Order: sequence, then structure tokens, then C-alpha cells
Amino acid sequence: MYILKLIFKNAFRHKLRTWLTILGITIAILAFGLLRTVISAWYAGVEASSASRLVTRNSISIIFTLPLSYKERIRQIDGVKIVSWGNWFGGIYIDEKNFFANFAVDPKTYFELYPELIISPDQKAAFIRDRKGFVAGRKLAERFGWKLGDSVTLRGTIFAGQWDFVMRGIYRGRDKTVDETTFFFQWDYLNEKMKKSSPARADQIGFYMIGVTKPEIAADVAVNIDKTFKNSVAETLTETEKAFQLGWIAMSQAIVTAIQLVSFVVIIIIMAVMANTMAMTARERIGEYSIFKTLGFGGRYIAALIFGESLIISMIGCAFGIAFTFPAAKSFGNALSNFFPTFNVATETIYMDIAAALLVGTVAGIFPTLRSIRIRIADGLRRIG
Amino acid sequence: MPKNALVEPRSIVVIRNVSKSYRRGSQTIPVLENVSFDIAEGKFLALMGPSGSGKSTLLNLLAGIDSVDSGSIAVGGLDITTLSEMDLARWRAVNVGFIFQFYNLIPVLTAFGNVELPLLLTKLSKKQRREHVDLALSMVGLSDRIDHYPNQLSGGQQQRVAIARAVVTDPTILVADEPTGDLDRVSAAEILDLMGRLNKDLGKTIIMVTHDARAAAKAHLIKQLDKGVFIDVHS
Ligand SMILES: Nc1ncnc2c1ncn2[C@@H]1O[C@H](COP(=O)(O)OP(=O)(O)O)[C@@H](O)[C@H]1O
Ligand SMILES: [Mg+2]
Repeated sequence: MYILKLIFKNAFRHKLRTWLTILGITIAILAFGLLRTVISAWYAGVEASSASRLVTRNSISIIFTLPLSYKERIRQIDGVKIVSWGNWFGGIYIDEKNFFANFAVDPKTYFELYPELIISPDQKAAFIRDRKGFVAGRKLAERFGWKLGDSVTLRGTIFAGQWDFVMRGIYRGRDKTVDETTFFFQWDYLNEKMKKSSPARADQIGFYMIGVTKPEIAADVAVNIDKTFKNSVAETLTETEKAFQLGWIAMSQAIVTAIQLVSFVVIIIIMAVMANTMAMTARERIGEYSIFKTLGFGGRYIAALIFGESLIISMIGCAFGIAFTFPAAKSFGNALSNFFPTFNVATETIYMDIAAALLVGTVAGIFPTLRSIRIRIADGLRRIG
Repeated sequence: MPKNALVEPRSIVVIRNVSKSYRRGSQTIPVLENVSFDIAEGKFLALMGPSGSGKSTLLNLLAGIDSVDSGSIAVGGLDITTLSEMDLARWRAVNVGFIFQFYNLIPVLTAFGNVELPLLLTKLSKKQRREHVDLALSMVGLSDRIDHYPNQLSGGQQQRVAIARAVVTDPTILVADEPTGDLDRVSAAEILDLMGRLNKDLGKTIIMVTHDARAAAKAHLIKQLDKGVFIDVHS
């Protein structure tokens, strides 16, 4: 109790210096927390993906297509439960900055394969009935104020022309990790227009999504699918959805690595700042610590004083940093909802914040403590007066 | 517990052939050379001599905050030059009361907190500590300044707090390095009176470094140190 009081008093002796250091740590922890949240948002798709779903695409590249005829052949492979298919549409709504993901999918099988997308049976039926119908995620619909029955036009990029749609449903995610910003419309609509305008591109599929009977056989099924289409016009590459998502991330791996690096650099910088503060403090107090030693207090007591002070400062900064991370992540997430459908501060991020602050406080205390313990009392006392 | 004058006082401090030098770069500066002397229990000794003659060095050695190059120092029958750093710290906590020129109080602690400090290393309960601190502060006449911080006290008052801190554990010896060196004449006289009383009324053995003749006059005997050797003078 006594020593705790003393540590607190010591910590706030130079109020300005201490508060500036706390401010620095607050900002560092806030930045660290947000950067870690960006990384987890990046991986959110992977976390949400199911181990019992496979994605089959053209083995050359994702931009090459597969024939529609593969559908029946995939369906006959052992262990395959559902086959769904879709194309990345890449349409633009009014302006490019309104970016959101939009896909042409088969409505019947798609929602069956993705039970985490929750849509009312009425709306689902309405969507299936209307060739020009579309379904939007809750957040996407809120973003543009779309209501059921509204007409929306997308400008095609990969598939030229103006494409008119009518809103037939809104889906929401089963939990917070599910993206609610995607736009789905009927693959048949896309295909019919292609048949008329550019028949060569009709009956072509971007990727098949396959549900297997149980996760354990997913890898075997994937191998069998690819074997089936070996030496055919379009060879396939089948991966679990998780691997498929990770493939996307791998493409942006450099960015993720950079963000990860920056998050650690932030901590290292604040560690240097904090170590400097503690070194300054301990240098000024060398005389006082020598008095403690003179009176018979051992090195452990001096260590407790210095580490205690260092940790109190870093943990106060950490507490503020964490407190600010939540509102900051919220507004950050709102601003970047196009890029990060889910942007939530993970519990692990909070643990990492705390671990980082503990590390900063501890490291900053090491050298001043060693110095204060090692200095001969007579030399330390000489610094007074 | 004043000493019975009929009993020959025993030596509380026995210093034998102590040498100490400091290294400055490649140079070795001898400070004390083969110093030997005894201090009888209950004495008030003044160590005098020109600046740089090694007074503080000698005081630090016999108070156990610096180590000898050779020779031995026994205090209360125990050779402290053989103790490990940790044992020496424990020994100081029990046996030595320190009074410094610049008071050396902890600025964030009140008078009470400063005097209580050495008691934290004892097994005393909080209540017992309070009693001891109250007694020590009343002895130095500062009962009404218990909750004052060092910067709210005059130099003389701070030195009295330091004296209370030095005596609160009832140590074997009191060491004082220029205790009046930073004080005006009136305050200095008060401090010397106080030390005289501690010596006379409580029988405390005091070793005081000073170069103030008035301070030395309070002592029973004066030792003159010059270039690391004693020149005896009697008071
Ligand atoms: N830590 C040290 N390192 C080097 N020289 C020292 C150290 N401490 C004291 N000295 C030297 O030892 C001599 C005696 O110092 P000191 O005992 O403080 O003298 P006094 O107290 O009599 O003025 C001086 O020349 C001083 O410069
Ligand atoms: Mg001196």
C-alpha cells in the first residue's frame, strides 16, 4: 500500500511530462489497435468461410471462365451435395467511388449453400420469380436508401451496357463476421443478355461453389473435381473456400505485412519514447534511490519503484487507448465499409494492446533499474545538492 | 540510558589499517592510507580536516555505504568489511542512523512519511510505527509539522526531520556528514544542540564530519584528518 502510494506520487511529479507520455502511449495503443483491427477485418472473410464449401475456378486464372456444362459433371462426383455458380459482375452504381461487390448467382442454390445469409422466404421467392430482381445486404441497402421495389441501374464494366434491376430482398448476416454489403442478381439474367449481345460469352461461369456432405472429405472431393476436368478445354482448380479466400489475401499480402509491420513499429517507437522518459526520471532520482539504499532498502524495492512507475504510466495510456479504440473503430468502419464489410475490435486485439503496453512499461524500466541498483551509494548520494 | 561514568567505555567502532583509493581513468588516487582508530561507545566525535582530505570517505566506510580496499572495520563487534551487499544493507537498516548535509529527505513524502521510511524494514505494526514516528518527531520539536512536505519546511526543520529519521530505529551509531553545512547560524546551533542532547540524554554514539569549529566544539573529541592521515587534537 505504502509503496503503491509512493509510486503514484512519483509518477505524477512531473505532471506535464507524465501526461505527455501517457498521451503518446494512448495514441500508440489506439493506432496499434486500429491497425490490428484492419488486419482482422482483412481476414474476416476467411474466418467466416466454411470448411465444407469448395470453390472451383479456371486453373489458369480467376479471370478465365468455365463452361456451364461442368455443372452436371460436378454434381455427379461423390460427396458433392450442392453445386452453385456465379460470376463477378463488377458493375458500377452511378460513380466508381460507390464501390460494392456485385455478383450474378443462381438464387435457388446460392442461399442454400450460404445459410449465414439470412433472407425471409417471401423475399427469397420474390427474388427467384423476378429475372431482373436483386438482393442487397442490409448495410448496402441502408447506405443507398434502397427499398423493396426500387429500380437500380448498374453500369457494366466486364459486361458492357446499362443493367436495370429491381430490389426484391434484403439479407442480413447471421453474426457480426458476415458481410452485409454485397449485391446479388440472377445469373440467368446475365446469361440471357450475353446470348443476345455476345454469344461467345454465354454459358460461361466465373466460379462454381460446391457444398460437400462433410468437411473431412472436402480435400478429396477437390482433387476428384480437378481430375475430372484434367485435359479438357478448361482445366479447373478447386480449393476449399478458406484457401480461396486466403488466395485473395495472398494477393494483398504485401499490404497486410506492411500494416503488421507498421503496427509493431508504432509500439517500438513508443517504447523508445517511454524508455527515454524513464531514463530521464531515474537519472533525476538517482540521489533519492541512493537514500533508499542507504536506509537499507534492497534492489528489489528500487526495482519495484521504477517498474511500478513505468507500468502505471504505460497502463494508464493503454486504458485510454483501448477506450478510444472502440469509437474510433466504429467511425473508421463506417467510413471504410466499402472495403471492410465487417470492422470490429476483436477481443484478441485488446489482449494484444495490453500485452504491448506491459512490454513497453517493462522494457522502459529495465535500464534505469539496472543503473540505479548498480550505482555505488556513495556516488549516488554525491548527485544530491 | 546514560552511561555509568565508572565503567570503562568499550569501543563501539574499531578501525584497523584501512586503506581506500579511487581510480580515475588509469590513475589511482589514494584517499586513506593505513588508518586505524577506535571510537568508544557513547562518544561524540568530530572529524575535521580540509576539503578533500577523505573525511566523507572514512565516514561512508564505517557507515557501510562504501567498501575498503584493505583493512577492517568492526562496529559493535561485527566486522562489516566481510558482509555481502545484501547483509550490509540489512545491517545499516538496524545499526546506522544517517544525517546528511542536504537533509536527503524524500520530497514526495511528508515529515511523517520520511521518518516512517526506515521503520518499513522492521516488523513493527502500523500502529507501532505511528507511535515511534510521533515520538521521534516530538523529540526534534516538530510534532506540529507532521503532515508537511519537505518543501514546506525550512532548512533547519528539514534537518530535524532527517535527525528524527536517523534515530527512529534506535541505531547503534549516528553518522553525520556536514550536518550544519547548509544552514544559517541559528539553525546550525539548534541542530548541534539537538545532536548534543541525543548524545548526552540517549547515549548515542555520534560521528560527525564538519569543518565548522563551532560544530566541533560540541564534540567530546576531534580528529583531524589531513591527506588521509590523522593529526590528533584534543578538545
Ligand atoms: N567516487 C569517487 N571517485 C573518485 N574520486 C573520489 C570519489 N570520492 C571521493 N573522491 C576523491 O577522494 C578525495 C576525498 O574525498 P572526500 O572523502 O569526499 O573528502 P572530504 O569529505 O574530506 O572533503 C577527494 O580528492 C575526492 O575527489
Ligand atoms: Mg565531504
